[in-house]
Amino acid sequence: MSATFVGMPPFPEAAHAALADTQLRTNLRHATHTIRDKRARVVEEVEDWEALRVKGARIKDDMLARLDTHLVTLEESLTARGATVHWARDAAEACAIVAEIVKAHHVDEVVKVKSMATQEIELNEALAAHGIAAWETDLAELIVQLGDDLPSHILVPAIHRNRAEIREIFRTRMAAAGRPAPDDLTDDPAALAGAARLHLREKFLRARVAISGANFAIAETGTLVVVESEGNGRMCLTLPEVLISVVGIEKVLPRFADLDTFLQLLPRSSTGERMNPYTSMWSGVTPGDGPQEVHVVLLDNGRTTVLADEVGRQALRCIRCSACLNVCPVYERTGGHAYGSVYPGPIGAILNPLMRGVGHDKQIDSLPYASSLCGRCLEVCPVMIDIPEILVHLRAKVVDAHRDGAPGAQDLAMRATSFLFSDPSRMSLAVKAAGVANRVMTPFGKRTLPGGRRALGRLPGPGAGWSDARDLPMPPRTSFRAWWKATDGGRNEPPVVGPRHTGGAG
Amino acid sequence: MSARDEILARVRSALGPPATRAGHAEPAPADPAPVPPPTGEALVELFVERVADYRAEVVRCAPDRVADAVRDGLGASASVLVPEGFPASMLGMPEGCLSVSDEALSASDLDRIDAVVTTASVGIATTGTIVLDHGAGQGRRALSLVPDRHVCVVRTDQVVAGVTAAVALLGVADPTRPLTWISGPSATSDIELDRVEGVHGPRTLVVVVVG
Ligand code: SF4
Repeated sequence: MSATFVGMPPFPEAAHAALADTQLRTNLRHATHTIRDKRARVVEEVEDWEALRVKGARIKDDMLARLDTHLVTLEESLTARGATVHWARDAAEACAIVAEIVKAHHVDEVVKVKSMATQEIELNEALAAHGIAAWETDLAELIVQLGDDLPSHILVPAIHRNRAEIREIFRTRMAAAGRPAPDDLTDDPAALAGAARLHLREKFLRARVAISGANFAIAETGTLVVVESEGNGRMCLTLPEVLISVVGIEKVLPRFADLDTFLQLLPRSSTGERMNPYTSMWSGVTPGDGPQEVHVVLLDNGRTTVLADEVGRQALRCIRCSACLNVCPVYERTGGHAYGSVYPGPIGAILNPLMRGVGHDKQIDSLPYASSLCGRCLEVCPVMIDIPEILVHLRAKVVDAHRDGAPGAQDLAMRATSFLFSDPSRMSLAVKAAGVANRVMTPFGKRTLPGGRRALGRLPGPGAGWSDARDLPMPPRTSFRAWWKATDGGRNEPPVVGPRHTGGAG
Repeated sequence: MSARDEILARVRSALGPPATRAGHAEPAPADPAPVPPPTGEALVELFVERVADYRAEVVRCAPDRVADAVRDGLGASASVLVPEGFPASMLGMPEGCLSVSDEALSASDLDRIDAVVTTASVGIATTGTIVLDHGAGQGRRALSLVPDRHVCVVRTDQVVAGVTAAVALLGVADPTRPLTWISGPSATSDIELDRVEGVHGPRTLVVVVVG
């Protein structure tokens, strides 16, 4: 075991990049602490927070134990309310369903509310292959798209960019993508938000098809719920003629009354607000109000595999609030990309192996080891998912999967984690170096955006179902993956991170 | 096998026969019948305070002064959307302001109108939230979304203590109506983590609390 083990690049290089990262790190630390404090404050305000958590967990468990019944009820309610229900076994099937609906309307663009489910299935890329541009409509995403951002800007584009840069991006790039920025644009954040408002409004007003996810789907009423901040969600859910919502099957809640619990747990846990600015609820088609053609795609894509794991099943309670990310010491140091999926942080460390299965992908197999088992994630989780318990359970499964092979992923992972965690200062040095190594050596997940411009896939926190996800502290560069690279000397380049890994359940 | 049948089969095989399933034998008990809390003065004050916390404008007025408060709330708007069913007695119009009714207006039409006035269905004190069910006096969803200024009239007897009471009331009414929960103007923190009010929804939200 030596320094090379953690992928340390030549020291001057490491030092140089670490310095360059100072501003980012400062910003991120600021964001982390701001949001943690906000969460703590608004959680404290609620007298029976613990009782609420218990209730949230119980509602989800009861729901999961009868998921088949609730899904059938949901389908009936939606259909009775004029919606068309589709079922998708996996990402490819879901994307094909959506593409077909969009193509039937002869449009070459759609507006989108950011959602984890559509990112998980890589819907934008799939639509682009059909010549359909999917416009993400939240502000941070706009800044990234227009700015043709570099790898160092993947996670928190808007946090990297100061206001002067954003002004410059808007002034030079908006015209090519649609409505130009006003000539007299200043770098006042309100003015910049105003320019984005005008630019995107043009798209909202002309869009005929919108795509969303849903935070909750109520079986008894066929009601979908989207929780957001900026109002781009409301625009997408209200103005176009056709609305397609991609909804993971675990999003179902039996009764409308269950929203009581979750509309208290989610905003306070996620952005640390008493309530997010906008929550929209709609049940199929409402004549004369909003989209008159409504589709709901119910997505499995590995969720039933999670359900079949009796210990891991509780991960399906997750409401994607991001609270576990914000408190995780490992996530803070390694960054979101390390998890190789749109689901990063503690929840990603369990969800990815649970959904995709262990024993066939080294990176997935390493995830259960990406934790010190400190338990902070469980403490803050609004639905009491015992992430440490699941991590331990998954470690055992990884070991089993590698029983008869050569030294498997878990050996490296074990050795790595024990080395890292044996000495805190070593850990912080290691992660710094690894973060640098990664950035220097491997650009991440290049993707082609609708419209043909090249950009980088961004992997936001689970809270991205809301457009406020950029509120969330996103840590810098991965190091976990770079660290893999270094530990695994003889192998080829690891696959591009992101949910495009083949294999896995679903 | 269809995708539907296959997914349901996977769920059933993951869970086993209903009788053996973990979780609770019975569905979670229904919540106790909703008892709308008294709309005491303290409750209304909390509502006003919490709405203001989001940097919305809040005005409290007596029932006979609503029209004045609405007029003030509309500011210098040159045109205002008045949804069907909005009480005429509440409608105060600024000098020269054009009143527009919703006759199948397109989104682009709506975009040319400065302001909208609506009533609301429920106010939630602890979270400073107003809920629209888009019935009479509130208009379809696009009306309270596209214009840049939203003046919303809430009666004090519509204010409930918390989310629990609000969900109960809405559930008893008709939960399948489109519902919009509004807690302050839209907001973003995407630029240097500075909170900016107003991105895509109405940038100015004026809540007139009557009573
Ligand atoms: S697992 Fe994490 S993201 Fe999911 S609900 Fe719990 S704290 Fe929130």
